This record gives sequence, C-alpha cells and structure tokens, in this order.
Amino acid sequence: MILELENVSKHYQMGDTIIRALDGVNLKVNAGEFVAIMGHSGSGKSTFLQVASMLAQPSSGKILLREKDVTLYNEVERARLRNKEIGFVFQQFNLLPRTSALDNVALPLVYAKIPENERRERAKKMLEKVGLGDRLQNTPAQLSGGQQQRVAIARALINDPTIIFADEPTGNLDTKSGEDIKRFLQELHNENRTIIMVTHEEDVAAIAQRLVVFRDGKVVSDGKNKYAKYKKNLPMQTGE
Amino acid sequence: MKDIFLIAIKAILTNKVRTFLTTLGIIIGVSSVVLLTSIGTGLSNYVTKEFNNLGANTLLVFPGDIFGDNGGISQERTASALANSKLKMTDVGTLERMREDVSEVAPFNLQSDTISFQQASKTVTVLGTTHNLDTAFNIPVERGGFFDEKAEKDGAQVVVLGYEVATKLFGKVDPIGKTVKLGLQTYTVIGVAKKKGSGFGGPSFDTYVYIPLKAFFKKYDTSSIVRIIVKTKTTERVAEHTKNIEQELQKRLKKDEFSVVNQSEILDTINQILGIITAALGGIAGISLLVGGIGIMNIMLVSVTERTREIGLRKALGATPNLIMFQFLIEAAVLSVIGGGIGLTIAFLGTLALQSFIPAEVTPSAVGLALGVSTVVGLIFGAAPARRAANLSPIEALRYE
Repeated sequence: MILELENVSKHYQMGDTIIRALDGVNLKVNAGEFVAIMGHSGSGKSTFLQVASMLAQPSSGKILLREKDVTLYNEVERARLRNKEIGFVFQQFNLLPRTSALDNVALPLVYAKIPENERRERAKKMLEKVGLGDRLQNTPAQLSGGQQQRVAIARALINDPTIIFADEPTGNLDTKSGEDIKRFLQELHNENRTIIMVTHEEDVAAIAQRLVVFRDGKVVSDGKNKYAKYKKNLPMQTGE
Repeated sequence: MKDIFLIAIKAILTNKVRTFLTTLGIIIGVSSVVLLTSIGTGLSNYVTKEFNNLGANTLLVFPGDIFGDNGGISQERTASALANSKLKMTDVGTLERMREDVSEVAPFNLQSDTISFQQASKTVTVLGTTHNLDTAFNIPVERGGFFDEKAEKDGAQVVVLGYEVATKLFGKVDPIGKTVKLGLQTYTVIGVAKKKGSGFGGPSFDTYVYIPLKAFFKKYDTSSIVRIIVKTKTTERVAEHTKNIEQELQKRLKKDEFSVVNQSEILDTINQILGIITAALGGIAGISLLVGGIGIMNIMLVSVTERTREIGLRKALGATPNLIMFQFLIEAAVLSVIGGGIGLTIAFLGTLALQSFIPAEVTPSAVGLALGVSTVVGLIFGAAPARRAANLSPIEALRYE
C-alpha cells in the first residue's frame, strides 16, 4: 500500500457556516495505479488533492504514505516529504518566469541540496526524456503551452517521486497538446509510476484505469474506469 | 545556502530599474552620512594641525576669567573681558623675566580701522604687537620683513600688511616702501604676510595689518593688551609652566582678571563644537538612511505579493519556510549593500572633489558605520516582508492570480 487515507476530513470556517470540503474520506492506492479523480466543482476533488499531496493538513483523520502517518509531520518535515516523495503537475504549469527550462526542472533538486553539476546533468536527461533536449535554455515565455507542461512533468519526475499528483493537467492546453500530455502520463504509468489525476473531462479520465468520483466531500464511487480507452503498455508516441 | 543566495541575486538582476530606484534611498543616505562626517573629521584634523603648527608649547593669556561654568571656554565671557582688559605692558615684563618658564612673549591689541592707498581703501583689523609675533604666532612674511626691535621701541610708523589687504590695495604694484594712510596717519609698508586663509572660524589673518605696539598705544590712546602669546621653555612641562605663570601674574592682577589657556584646552573646545556639529549633520543624514530602509521594505512587500505564486510553487516543491525567508532577507540585504557600496563610492568622489575647497577626509569608522547601518537597515526592513513570504500557505499562494 503506497497511500492510505483513513476517515480524512477537511473543514473550512466561512463566516458562521462550516464548509465540509472533505467529509470522512477513505481511500487506498496501490503502487503503480493510475487513479482519475472526478466530480463537479465543489465536490471536494481539489481539496482531496491538496490534502493527499501534503500541501494542506487535514482537519481530522490519518494519511499514511508508505505506512507512515504523515499528518503527524511538522511543516519542515512535510516540505521535505513533498520534495522527495511527491511530483506535482499543475493546470497552470507554474514554471518560474524568466528562468530556463533546465533551471525550472532542476528546482526541486536545489531544495534537496543536490550539487549543481549533478542537478544540471539530471535536469538535462529529464528534459531529453520529455522530448525537449533542444530547448534547455528556453524560458517559459519562449515555449508553447504543451512544451511548458512537458517541462513541468520533467520537474515532477526529477526527484523520482513515489506519487505524481496532476491537477487538470490538460485544462489549459489545446486538444493536440492535451493529447500529447495524456500520452506522456500514459507512458509514466507504463513505467509503473503511481499517478493520481484530478480532471473533469471524461476523455482525460479515460487514460486512467481506476476512477474515483467525489460529491459533497465524499467518495461516491470507486472502481474500474468504465471510460478507460487505453490499455497498459501501449507503445509511446513522442513528438508533436 | 549558496543556491539561495544566487536565487536572490537573480531576482535583483531581473528588475534592474526597480533595483536602482529601491537602492536610491540607501545610496543617498550612505553617501550623505559619509560625506558629512568626512567634512567634520577633515575640519577637526585641519584645526588640530593648525594648532600644532603653533607648537605645543604655546600658551595664551586672556584678559578676564574666560572659563565657562562647565569647564570649557565661554565665548560670552571672552568677548566682555576683551573690552575691559586689565593686562598691561608690566605683565609682559613680568613674563619676560620668568626665564625658567618662558622663552618668548608676544603681546598684542587690536582695533578696527580703515587703511587706504591712493583711491583704494579697506576696513581692516589693526594689530599692535611686538617684533617677535611673526615667529611666536607663526605668521611668515612673504615680501619685505616684519618690523624689528628698534622700530618697535621707537614706535615707528611702519606696517606689515595681510595678504588680502596687500592685493586689494596694491593689485600688482609692489607695496614695499609705499606709504599708506591708516586712519589719518601715514605709515610705511615694510612687509606683506604670506596668504594664510581663515584659521578656525574667526576672521582671516589675511585681512589683518600689523604695527608696532608702541605706535598702536599712541595712535589709539590706550595701554591695554588683549592677548599675550607665551612660548614656554619646555613642551613636556607645560602644565607646570602654566601654574608658575598664573602665580606670577597674580602678584599684580586679581584671579578673575586674566586666564592662561593652553592649546589643548582651545583645541578641545573647538573639537567639541565640531564633534557636535558633525554628529548633528550625520544624524540628519541618518534619517535619510532610515527612509531608504523603508523604501526597501515597501518594494520587498510589493515583491512578495507579486511573487506569491512563485513562493507557493517553491514551497510545494520542497522549500522550507526558513529557506523562503532567507531568500527574501538576502534579497533585501543585498539591495542595501549595493546601495551602500554605490553611496560610498559617491561619498569618496564627493570628498575628493571637496578637498580643493575645504578639508575633508573619509574615515574608516564612517565607512564601517554607514555600511553596517545600511545592512542592518536592509535586514530589519526586509524581515517583515520575508516573514510574510515564509508564512504564505502553499495552496493559497498557488491559487493566487
């Protein structure tokens, strides 16, 4: 078991009312699983992602990452945990502006205190892997949306994370670039990586084998993805 | 740590115009603090040097009790004592007889008068004195010579002109041997003193004219002396000589009718005044340093708000709150150090430029103080924005548009 949520809740106080963004969620994710999280806006899927990825602390409940209760960790320990165990892919890409692709990919290694030479070497390899070996020095402004998201994926992979969290990874891309990113995620799954992806598009969710649906802060369905179109171990298709 | 430093440097370099404007406050603050203290220190050193030119064994006898209640020399008392001086030639004689303590005595009195040559005239300070004033008070004569003992005894109507008086009256004509009118009387010019400039805040020696004391007494119908310059026998036992002189003068004069001042007392008083002025000016300039610091805080707060997303991302990718705080603190400190460096350069150049007009000297303590203060200002005013950045929640920050 790689990730386990036990009765996890997240409550927000808004004026006089308490919003139950997550309400007693139980979920287990095995190594190598590709899980799509769906739900309407306000269903709690985004909050789930934040809490499960250690960006936010739950109000109650336990989160076990590789059998360790990470809700007991302090802020510094959680920062280290995010650095080493979690890879993030955001809808907005969230690359540092005016900073080369290489430096963007190497950023998590800075906080992991890896020496500069090794950082550059590893970042270069990772950019080559996502097909941007010729764009090392380009800044985000000089890259297309699809290319930026591939830089972000390279950054998510650089520390060889235990779990990759993707939040609407194709939400800001045109169809063609979106297809591209979907194939990349599929390829990562082929490499036996664990991916948890939030999306509201069925055809994006279709690349995951397991589908979890949220409503009103609760898991309302969890099982084999009926939309699944892809099978594991499809050959990788690179390029644009 | 080195990487965090580089991140901070990069942020500073990306926004060059803003960096310059932000550091402008610190630049102005540091340069004005250093420049003003340089002028103060330079003046103080200049005064000390001038005094030392006179020799450490020079004493001044003033009429009246000129010491203020708190120990220093009281300007007020000096002025009032001048008008009713009880010092006479007898006292000069008394001093001259003290061969064990005194090596030279030069008394003088002064009076304002008009000097004229043909159509040119000028108001000057007439100084009636003895033949040895030029050596005792370090007034070198450039052309001609100072009057000798004989001219002094005879009360000869001869005059030595201050540099400025000579140029004003004679222009390019050689004044030696020419006759001038001092008031209504005719005097022969026998010498011109070397250009000296204003000594220490007082009137310039260059506007003085010197005549024999005897002629002075006759001309202005007086027998008082307002100052006696005394060279003591040794430089090591000045305090002892001073005591002996006071005792000897008290045989004729009352205790409050004269004061013997040695140079270190005058020097202390002047340096004390200069020190206060320097500190006051430096303090005022220090306020601009403070304003510069507030400017840095302002820009850092804007910068934190502007880079909320970046901070959130860094935190998501594993930056601890401390690292984020360091990044912004270093940024603020580097900004103020850059400002301090530029300010210091300006102060150095300014001091060089000023040196042709007034004495100015950059002191290491002023440099250290200005740089230290600017760094501390940067850190203090950078602390609030840095803490704010460190405490941002990664989710809130990532969501920030």
